[in-house]
Amino acid sequence: MKIMVAIKRVVDYAVKIRVKPDKSGVETQNVKMSMNPFCEIALEEALRIKESGLASEVVAVSMGPPQCVDTIRTGLAMGADRGIHVEYPDALYPLSVAKLLKALVEVEKPGLLILGKQAIDDDCNQTGQMLAGLLRWPQGTFASKVIMDKEKQAATVDREVDGGIETLSLDLPAVITTDLRLNQPRYATLPNIMKAKSKVVKKYTPQDLNVEIKADLEVVQVTEPPKRKVGVVLSSVDELIDKLKNEARVI
Amino acid sequence: MVTSFVHCSRGLRRSCSIRGAKMPSSYFSELRSAVQNGIRKSAAGCDGGVQSSVEVLVGQGKLWSGNLRCFHSVPSSAVSGLNVLLRPGTVFHSRSDSQLGLKRDYCSGVSPGYGLGIRNSRNCSNFSRGFLGKSRSFSSSGEGESIQYDVVIVGAGPAGLSAAIRLKQMCRGKDSDLSVCVVEKGAEVGAHILSGNVFEPRALDELIPQWKNEEAPINVPVSSDKFWFLTKDRAFSLPCPFDNKGNYVISLSQLVRWLGKKAEELGVEIYPGFAASEVLYDDDTVVGIKTNDMGISKDGTKKETFQQGVALKDFLDKVTREEVMMPDSSSTLQKSEITGRITLLAEGCRGSLSEKLLRKFNLREKGHGQHQTYALGIKEVWEIEEHKHKPGSVIHTLGWPLDNKTYGGSFLYHMNDRQVSLGFVVALNYGNPYLNPYEEFQKLKHHPAIKCLLDGGSVLQYGARTLNEGGFQSIPFPVFPGGAIIGCSAGFLNVPKIKGTHTAMKSGMLAAEAAFSALQEGSSMDMYWDALRKSWIWEELRLARNYRPAFEYGLLPGLGVSAFEHYVFKGRLPFTLKHGKPDHEATDVAKRHPPIEYPRPDGTLSFDVPTSLHRSNTNHDHDQPPHLRLRDPTVPERVNLPEYAGPESRYCPARVYEYVPDEEGKLKLHINAQNCLHCKACDIKDPKQNIEWTVPEGGGGPGYSIM
Repeated sequence: MKIMVAIKRVVDYAVKIRVKPDKSGVETQNVKMSMNPFCEIALEEALRIKESGLASEVVAVSMGPPQCVDTIRTGLAMGADRGIHVEYPDALYPLSVAKLLKALVEVEKPGLLILGKQAIDDDCNQTGQMLAGLLRWPQGTFASKVIMDKEKQAATVDREVDGGIETLSLDLPAVITTDLRLNQPRYATLPNIMKAKSKVVKKYTPQDLNVEIKADLEVVQVTEPPKRKVGVVLSSVDELIDKLKNEARVI
Repeated sequence: MVTSFVHCSRGLRRSCSIRGAKMPSSYFSELRSAVQNGIRKSAAGCDGGVQSSVEVLVGQGKLWSGNLRCFHSVPSSAVSGLNVLLRPGTVFHSRSDSQLGLKRDYCSGVSPGYGLGIRNSRNCSNFSRGFLGKSRSFSSSGEGESIQYDVVIVGAGPAGLSAAIRLKQMCRGKDSDLSVCVVEKGAEVGAHILSGNVFEPRALDELIPQWKNEEAPINVPVSSDKFWFLTKDRAFSLPCPFDNKGNYVISLSQLVRWLGKKAEELGVEIYPGFAASEVLYDDDTVVGIKTNDMGISKDGTKKETFQQGVALKDFLDKVTREEVMMPDSSSTLQKSEITGRITLLAEGCRGSLSEKLLRKFNLREKGHGQHQTYALGIKEVWEIEEHKHKPGSVIHTLGWPLDNKTYGGSFLYHMNDRQVSLGFVVALNYGNPYLNPYEEFQKLKHHPAIKCLLDGGSVLQYGARTLNEGGFQSIPFPVFPGGAIIGCSAGFLNVPKIKGTHTAMKSGMLAAEAAFSALQEGSSMDMYWDALRKSWIWEELRLARNYRPAFEYGLLPGLGVSAFEHYVFKGRLPFTLKHGKPDHEATDVAKRHPPIEYPRPDGTLSFDVPTSLHRSNTNHDHDQPPHLRLRDPTVPERVNLPEYAGPESRYCPARVYEYVPDEEGKLKLHINAQNCLHCKACDIKDPKQNIEWTVPEGGGGPGYSIM
């Protein structure tokens, strides 16, 4: 069985981001980029499934500008066997990504798709769900535990939901999106990074996959959250009520 | 589990280590630990539930460890496989069973070296072929993996990358090839690079003459040069002692990133995110370095993501191919030459491995003899209002807020894109233990002459790093058996010019040239020392040697002597001034100084440490052993706190050290190692030299991009 993992190149989580002066987005020039943490967890899960013998191959897919290949190489260094890069210079929104992944699924025919639950740059939390809808495959999102069953060709997924943990059984092929507590991703060791250089990364463009990219979302403005105002020490309850009524307008 | 060997044929390298009759003294300890490790691993493993067995049948030669039939169970998640020590020239055949895969892998060949690693590999047959040809080899010596290169460079900074580029350029010129590896503890190249920086392109012109056409991030020439003496409210213009014509205002982090790209284009392998934590020896010769183990938790136990460090070694010796092929004619095996094995340390100021080697081989005494003196530089990059921004404008200040006994000053360089580099440098031989360099910097920003520039702007990044101020007198003998020290780890900064990048790059280039001839022709690395002394670095540093030591006598005498040096003597004075006490000894006891009250930050011009720290993008995995080691854990509460009022809680620009009251109300030292900016100030300034800065897990630390 082949596992396909979608990984995204995002601004590194430790970087202090700032908004561009023209408010069109976040400054990404000269800023450290790395693999989305949830995608790392997804890849780690795929690698563990492969190491337990239930999968034959792990394919890492990324979409975006040419620098995405670096992220794929990190994935290959962690242990993925092959990489696929869909080259597209502009921003890709979740629906487009889902359509491209669907086209790749028709080429690669994996038995399992593992994605991160969301990307830390847009926090959309949509791609996995849209992809499952387009493919008409079962989905197990916010997975905190995945147990594969080879004979039944099913996966038992523990989902972290608001009320607690929900356990689902999904028939393969299926889409799983990973949550934080699923596993601890491994380090890419130096020898593995060297070996990854010789692994294959295949390039596609959206035209190759017959997918038309329509920008169905437009970012109008990005602003920083309002700065916290200094706290004020009040002298009486009347003053408090007055402020709540007239300034904060909550009563 | 599939692990396959990568074989790349390159040049003249062999992978054979054969010695004469004398066994190296480290051999038996290696053997012992390999046997122990092998057995320990099989006991601790099995968490993956996969058991594999490997039988090794040995034909000719001797099996030094294990039985003729040895079974080891190897956990599936283990990186390193079975390790068996075989005498060189042993013909072996091994069979491994993997219970899950129900496969039998066969491996046979001639073991070239003392270590033999057998992995569960489907492509086992490649294993033997690789050993006999020209290839890079992966070998295990019982404690982890080791990868071999011709030259290993620690640190992807200006010196390290210049050395790497120069090596590859020389290879191209002489039509040969050397494998060059650069390891860098930062998460990416340039992440730990911080500098003013007014760049003198002298060394770059020699290294990459066509840099202007290759999109080097050097595009702001110096347009004006000012030198101010500050008092609390005024700024007095002094005649500018610098001559920055032809120099550029740059971000060194950006330049290093560009150098990294150039190096990779030439075939240098750069591995960021890997920290060199240990020097590997063979007798008393340095043969390489070992990277940090990753995935160890705070209490020292291994986490599930544990990965052992990798040893990056130089080739031990070169043997011709014919000699390797005939293991039974032992006489030919004896013919081996130990040719150059080169490790270059380019860790920057107060490099952790460099300091160890300087002590071990007494390199300071063999050099110019004086100890190194340091300064701490704290820097912020601001984005200011358009009309206030003058690209290429260079300002240096002296005086306020520091007193007459403390050497230091500030710099303000205008880059492009409305960005301005603002920094504050304090020499670490200050006496008052209550001095807080970070707070002095915040004070400086409120000076009217500086405030008017910064008003309406915002801070983009923050960082700190120590720098060398010892100059000519403190240059150590930079060559050790097996390699050399280059760049600021040795200390080539020109203090009156406040420039060290060009000399660091040149030292890297000279070391590369010496290394190249050492590896190709067998000459000695001492050629590096000779080349240094004949180069322009020497002349430049020699002329600049008396400026900084003059300030030992105070600010005004120092300024006076500097003026004389600059305008009259120009370095031709027949004597050389000596440095004062080492920085850590210069700290005075607290009772002789009044505590300094620093104003609270206002949040627009001055900030508290956590806010600034956030802007440095610094981070470390919290669950790792603290990398700041106390040689004696009682010293902070016994000596630092009562006698010196805990200076580490004041000079550290990242608030790593804090004295917090425990349950009984007594103050105890608390180390927030996660905040560390890798500046090394604590390693330098701790009065009893009790704090040892060691390298944390690779990939951690600050994330500078425009510093």
